[in-house]
Amino acid sequence: MITFWFAVLVLAWVLYFVLEGFDFGVGMLSPVLGRDEHERGAAIRTVGPFWDGNEVWLVAAVGVTFAAFPAWYAALMSALYLPMVAILLLLAVRGVALEFRGKHDSPSWRRRADLLLAGSSTGIVLLWGAVLGILVDGLALRADGEVTGTGLGRSLGPLATPAAGLGALAALLAAVLLGATFLALRTTGPVRRRARDLARHTGTVGAVTLLLIGIGTGSRLTLAAAAVVFAAGLLARRTREAMSFTAVALAVAATVVTVFTTHGDVVLRSTLDPAWSLTRTSAAAGPEALRLITIAGVLILPGVLVYQAWSYWVFRRRVASERVAS
Amino acid sequence: MDVLDLTRLQFAVVTIYHYLFVPVSISLASAAAGFQIAWIRTANEKYLHLTKFTGKLLIVTFAVGVVTGLVQEFQFGLGWSAFARFYGDVFGPTLAIEGMLAFFLEATFLALWYFGWDRLPRLLHTATIVIVAVGTLLSAYIILAANSFMQNPVAYALDPATGRAHLTSFTELLTNEVVLAAFPHTMGGAAMAGGGLLMAIGIWRVSADAAYRTLSRAGAWMLLVGGAVTAISGDHLGKVMTAVQPMKMAAAEALYETTTSAPFSVFAIGELGHDRPFFSIEIPGLLSFLGTGTFGGTVQGIDDLQAAYVAQYGPGSYVPMIPVAFWTFRLMIGAGVLGMALAAYHLWSSWETTRRLPLLPDLLQPGRGTPGWLRRFVLLAPLLPAAANTFGWVFTETARQPWLAFGISKVADGISPGLTSAEVIASLAGFTLVYGLLAVVWCRLVVHLSRKPLAPPVSAAEEPEPVPAY
Ligand code: HDD
Ligand code: HEM
Ligand code: HEM
Repeated sequence: MITFWFAVLVLAWVLYFVLEGFDFGVGMLSPVLGRDEHERGAAIRTVGPFWDGNEVWLVAAVGVTFAAFPAWYAALMSALYLPMVAILLLLAVRGVALEFRGKHDSPSWRRRADLLLAGSSTGIVLLWGAVLGILVDGLALRADGEVTGTGLGRSLGPLATPAAGLGALAALLAAVLLGATFLALRTTGPVRRRARDLARHTGTVGAVTLLLIGIGTGSRLTLAAAAVVFAAGLLARRTREAMSFTAVALAVAATVVTVFTTHGDVVLRSTLDPAWSLTRTSAAAGPEALRLITIAGVLILPGVLVYQAWSYWVFRRRVASERVAS
Repeated sequence: MDVLDLTRLQFAVVTIYHYLFVPVSISLASAAAGFQIAWIRTANEKYLHLTKFTGKLLIVTFAVGVVTGLVQEFQFGLGWSAFARFYGDVFGPTLAIEGMLAFFLEATFLALWYFGWDRLPRLLHTATIVIVAVGTLLSAYIILAANSFMQNPVAYALDPATGRAHLTSFTELLTNEVVLAAFPHTMGGAAMAGGGLLMAIGIWRVSADAAYRTLSRAGAWMLLVGGAVTAISGDHLGKVMTAVQPMKMAAAEALYETTTSAPFSVFAIGELGHDRPFFSIEIPGLLSFLGTGTFGGTVQGIDDLQAAYVAQYGPGSYVPMIPVAFWTFRLMIGAGVLGMALAAYHLWSSWETTRRLPLLPDLLQPGRGTPGWLRRFVLLAPLLPAAANTFGWVFTETARQPWLAFGISKVADGISPGLTSAEVIASLAGFTLVYGLLAVVWCRLVVHLSRKPLAPPVSAAEEPEPVPAY
């Protein structure tokens, strides 16, 4: 049962990072790919009906982590207190900027919303990437599962490590690719054209960077990611937009799975003493709680997947970005 | 302030803020569904316009509820990791089920509804907003069940090996007598919050479109009926609380000695201290009635309860902050009653049969002798229920002190052990700043949306016809 819930949890995080990954990417890219307010609006409309449903995967991922592995939830949140608070604040700005943008007609209101959206999306991507990097590296957990320290540095410290930096960069690349391939798939006209070009260039540049890192560190995963990213760029050039988006999404999914499974049974590594690391068993909830969420999950989640898929089907049409003469 | 007080303050600020918007979302979802059903059944365009208008208010309010709710989901780990470890088995599943069952429903179907006007068949489209409304009620119920566990722990067992609380029955958790009483009470309060907003906008904008008249009266009905539900269920909630947390209700009255036929003070002057008597205006026997159901009933006093708790749980103070409990309880009731009075006045003065009598100025007829100050008074309609909701929560949570979960663990034992004051000060500043700005922008947007014409001029330029992707 513990393994089952670990799998569900990884699935929830994977869905969150893939689905919100393209939301963030669109947020970051809308001022780059949209040359005027109208084109930016078209770019943002591609995620309008979806971002909130996508964000609930974060609620689900965090909720499942709390329900199935309370000690993991507690350790992660309290050890990374300030980075998490920063993510939450930026998510607040981003969600509101997205939702409020179109509700007011004044150009200055929309310009400000666009800037806030792009800025907050970029910040969130960097921070989530850093958090994933830190997950691979581990934290200075003590025997009670807490990290001690003084002042702000206690929870900000882990951000200043190479793993965090690498994670942030990788996330940035992934979000740009996801956003560009998604926009290429979901728009028409100039935005679609520019998104395709951007995906192509990022694909090439990203593949080369990943290749170098992969050769340098000998990480096979990085080499595989380089291949996928290169393929995505190629596909984008051939206007195989659905396939190029799928390729990037798969690469992101694989990366997230790897992050969560690098240490095998250990879910959160202690850098102080391996005996203090949290494992799936030591962090897990009691059998009653696991049984309860198993029943609830089996009853509820398939339905969720069905109606979310249906909503993507309802809003499957492309959003036009060219101006109609009026 | 030490790190514990700061963390408590932060929890209070962030949660109260979430709860300013949530009741509005809950009731506007139902209001939008109601208007849309009215439109389908009567084919009156007026209802269509009101549906769309309410929908816009709903979507901007919902967005704020969502982003602040996300913070709630993380809070238990951020500042209260000891609590999260201890109660994870009870709380985690509850939050997870709320997310899976209610939030996916709300978020997905609200988008389907809002963007789906011309993509879904009419009945299916109406069903989507009904589903949203049901989802908001579901999420409210589940989270209230979690909170009721803290007020009156049920369905758990302490594991002697790990020292953690284990859930023994989810159905029992969901049928806690506190949540059964608190759900109608909070939902009544939610109807008041949304109703007050609609009523005020309707009165303010009535000269622009006759449909606003319907809006303001519908809002006033929500405020009035919601108020009746709150009052009736509040009375019941008070009895349940007297049974499960007698200290809370004694604190609400600053009643130090156990009293038979205890009075209820409407107002008090003085310090509410133990030794110095304070002046108050009292209604004889009312407290006994609220707490026990008879005017002659006996209500336990603070001193006796303190002595009993020391005997049961060991030395320490089990007395919450008396002035806070006393005043928040009264202000909750007072603000609610005032809101209901406003609604009742408005309904009466704008009623077809009384309208022509020169007795009361009609708020909906600004030209006809209604004084400006009276119309401005209406601005209070959205604020009063919001205040009552906030006071109610501050009362509920602070008068539970020093307990985190009543009778099992204290607040001081729940905080994250590693947390530093600097971190909490930084995050508190961040939340205050961002939330403050959010509130300003939300208000501006609501005013802006209300100023727009209800029936938009027909234009095709809104969104060019999209082309299929495949
Ligand atoms: C518009 C809002 C509103 C209004 C008019 C009232 N209340 Fe209330 N009250 C709330 C909004 C509220 C609330 C915010 O919804 C609370 C906070 C926690 C809860 O369960 O409901 C609450 C809590 C609350 C509690 C404490 C519950 C607990 O500790 O768990 C009691 C005893 C009452 N109320 C009783 C009353 C009575 C006798 C009222 C008389 C008319 C009343 N309330 C009006
Ligand atoms: C402290 C406990 C609470 C937690 C952990 C919490 C969590 C959340 C979360 C994560 C969301 C966003 C959902 C989304 O993304 O769609 C949310 C929204 C919501 N919450 Fe809360 N919440 C809390 C308190 C409450 C209370 C007390 C109520 C009602 C009585 C409530 C009712 C709602 C509703 C109806 C929504 C959806 C509507 C909206 O977003 O405005 N919540 N909450
Ligand atoms: C699942 C629901 C909830 C849980 C588990 C919960 C739990 C807590 C915890 C752990 C604290 C900090 C410890 C303390 O000071 O008592 C607290 C304080 C507080 N909460 Fe709640 N809460 C919930 C819902 C709410 C809601 C919906 C509100 C109001 C809208 C609220 C209002 C407050 C306030 C005002 C305080 C400050 C009390 C104080 O510091 O003395 N709570 N609550």
